[in-house]
Amino acid sequence: MTARETGARPPAGREPVSSLDRARTRAAWLCLAPMLLTLVLVAGWPLARTAFYSLTDAGLSELGGYAFVGLENYLLREDGRWYGVLADGLWWRAVGNTLLFAGVSVFCETVLGVVIALVLDAGVRGQGLMRAAVLIPWAIPTVVSAKMWSWLLHDQFGMVNDLLLRLGLVAAPIAWLADPDLALWSVVAVDVWKTTPFVALLVLAALQMLPRDCYEAARVDGVHPVRVFFQVTLPLIRPALAIAVIFRLLDAMRVFDLVYVMTGATDATVTMSVYARQQLVDFQDVGYGSAAAVLLAAGVALLTVIVLMAARLDLGGGRR
Amino acid sequence: MRRAGYWLLVSVIAAYLLFPFYYAVVTSLKGGSDIFRVDYWPAAFDFSNYGRVFTEQPFARNIANSLIVAGGSVLVAMALGLAAAFALGRVRFRGRASLLLTILAVSMFPQVAVLSGMFELVRGLGLYGGLAGLVLSYTVFTLPFTVWVLTSFIRELPVEIEEAAIMDGARTWTLMTRIFLPLLWPAMASTGLLTFIVAWNEFLFALTFTLSNQQRTVPVAIALMTGGSEFELPWGNIMAGSVVVTLPLILLVLVFQRRLVSGLTAGAIKG
Repeated sequence: MTARETGARPPAGREPVSSLDRARTRAAWLCLAPMLLTLVLVAGWPLARTAFYSLTDAGLSELGGYAFVGLENYLLREDGRWYGVLADGLWWRAVGNTLLFAGVSVFCETVLGVVIALVLDAGVRGQGLMRAAVLIPWAIPTVVSAKMWSWLLHDQFGMVNDLLLRLGLVAAPIAWLADPDLALWSVVAVDVWKTTPFVALLVLAALQMLPRDCYEAARVDGVHPVRVFFQVTLPLIRPALAIAVIFRLLDAMRVFDLVYVMTGATDATVTMSVYARQQLVDFQDVGYGSAAAVLLAAGVALLTVIVLMAARLDLGGGRR
Repeated sequence: MRRAGYWLLVSVIAAYLLFPFYYAVVTSLKGGSDIFRVDYWPAAFDFSNYGRVFTEQPFARNIANSLIVAGGSVLVAMALGLAAAFALGRVRFRGRASLLLTILAVSMFPQVAVLSGMFELVRGLGLYGGLAGLVLSYTVFTLPFTVWVLTSFIRELPVEIEEAAIMDGARTWTLMTRIFLPLLWPAMASTGLLTFIVAWNEFLFALTFTLSNQQRTVPVAIALMTGGSEFELPWGNIMAGSVVVTLPLILLVLVFQRRLVSGLTAGAIKG
């Protein structure tokens, strides 16, 4: 009996058996071909060329006139001194800033996003309006939110300083974006404002799919709501939460526009993307900038593998 | 008491989410030196900033550029992605899971990693400084994004329809155009809308692949607005421009709220 006659599908991981299935598979690849070819052209090819340029001394004004320099853009020892991206203190500063930015902002977004989702889930009326309100920071262009917050945080005329002064919380205006100790945290705060909605919406969607009877049982038993959250709700929404965190983490690792618009390419806030683009475009050094870009890509790929493995282990542990 | 506490919490959250935009509107309506005084309530209704943002730079042109680029990106991504999403969502074949993962990886990849290769490609095709070059480069993230979101929508469609059609002897092409396409309009609308917003907001490629003020898209135009001197940013103009380009997005969000949320979460929750 073929799969078609029983109406059943072939089990996953085995070759399709019937001729219809074979035809369907062929049709599927035909449907996929235009997209795959396009992705090879606009993603695969440029990525390969970037990796290639990272081994050359190409300049931006004349990309064609380059010479092979091997791994010199990455690391080079000459006259007893180290050169290359890996020997540049600013690059490591960028790595540190990016990791700090990604770690802290994703942590805050997750906590705040879960809180907002729980509040929205608990409410009966006005949920639609609140959901729209949550979507607004997400829909505002990053550049616009960077500018709006730069104005709110302006050291002389900003609303934030005015409010803090009026409340007597600070004695003098604070230079949120100019002070090297504060600038990165200001950018983190804006990122949290901008992307918490994404986490909140994903968590809210997960919450609304949960069976209500668990809560009823817990409430009848008089279990404290906080305990219900940590012992019932959190394990149930963990898969959705893990996906939201992975998405946000990968997005935060490539942060560019927020930092570029709010603080420019200053040492205090430089991230890996900002560093690579600065070398590439502002300093016209395509070889060196490409090397930094390749390192960023490799770092993100490594992080993805680690996070995916951790998430899978977590899920496996949850099933026990 | 509990209810009051709950509404207080909701108001605090709403204020946190909405205040920056509200303050941008308040600021944009102030003229002259009023702008340097902090007001928590609308103090003036002076629309001169809105006039200036369109006369001191080609802002209307920038908006048109953004509309063309974002709209073009949606069309390209939809044209190339619809058939692919159909195959990924409906046909079981070897390597489907890893293909989906690859597509997701491409959309989450740092754009800087392809910047020099993309620069070469855009310039090699003679598209540097033009809108077509931006549409081409945006495909690197709009196409995988569209495929990913559409695939998760298509997976949700009931299998029974398809099986009935197969029994009737419909071929794959007929199946796609006659059976699924009509069912897919809502999903395509949500996906298209999300892709449009993502492309409208893009900054890195738009900053790198345009040369003059005339070619810039809205985010680049707002980011690079300058006043009389380097240290004197035209905050009134910037806020007016920000409000002009954000208001349509907010209206979209209010109208299509449900669709946007389903599109955003479809890819993540059930994927």
